[in-house]
Amino acid sequence: MPVPSLNIINESIRNLYFHVPMWFTMILLFTGSFIYSIKYLRGGNLRDDIYASQLTNTGIFFSILGMLSGMEWATYTWGAPWSNDPKQLGTAMSMLIYFAYLILRGGLKDDEKRAKISAVYNIFAYALMIPLLWVLPRMVDSLHPGNGGNPGFNQYDLDKYMRMVFYPAVIGWFLIGLWIATLKIRWGLLKFERENDFQIEPEKNNK
Amino acid sequence: MRKVSFASLLLILITAINVQAQTANEPEMARVMRSNGKIYVVVLVLATIFAGIIAYLIRIDRKISKLEKNK
Repeated sequence: MPVPSLNIINESIRNLYFHVPMWFTMILLFTGSFIYSIKYLRGGNLRDDIYASQLTNTGIFFSILGMLSGMEWATYTWGAPWSNDPKQLGTAMSMLIYFAYLILRGGLKDDEKRAKISAVYNIFAYALMIPLLWVLPRMVDSLHPGNGGNPGFNQYDLDKYMRMVFYPAVIGWFLIGLWIATLKIRWGLLKFERENDFQIEPEKNNK
Repeated sequence: MRKVSFASLLLILITAINVQAQTANEPEMARVMRSNGKIYVVVLVLATIFAGIIAYLIRIDRKISKLEKNK
């Protein structure tokens, strides 16, 4: 597939198919985690807590991949791996917030307590991530495209050949992300059942 | 064994000569990554992501094996 010829970025524009879907996948997984956290708080079923925590774990993994790939890309286009770009800073902040989620979970031993506190924290973390990634970077000038205004992929970013690759690539990465997350969820459920005598309620919570 | 090491020595020498010939021409740095329209940046990113995913899957594999062991 041909790509537009651009200065500085050159062929590395193809990183768009890899770097950007990492973040999209992260958002998808964090959104899923957010939904399951709300579900846990409403129903109190530990199964939902395992879903939420493993979705967050996988999301953090994808954020690390996105960050690494972005830094590698930036080294050869922006001249340095880290240039205090507003989007980089916002992402770093939300990554730290989610790292704190892991530490919080690691620090609590009681299942119920850990589930409850981390669910609340997760909802706050998600609510913080949205402005940090989607709102604040767009209000200032940034090295990332589409900032300092409305991004809109259709404006200038993506030509039609790149779209033909980009959208299937996003779908593919979504599926990989969800698959890894389900592997981790299955592991989490198994571990829980091994460690506790009782089984988790299979479906629907007890109301 | 000796043959292999000789071949690798030759390879190293050839690449060294190649690099030297390139540096003589232009001052631009980080040549490999900036050659061919920076396509190797894409290669690097791909390699990173691939390595990351493989490492993560191996970690999951180990965790599952641990569960299987202590039934």
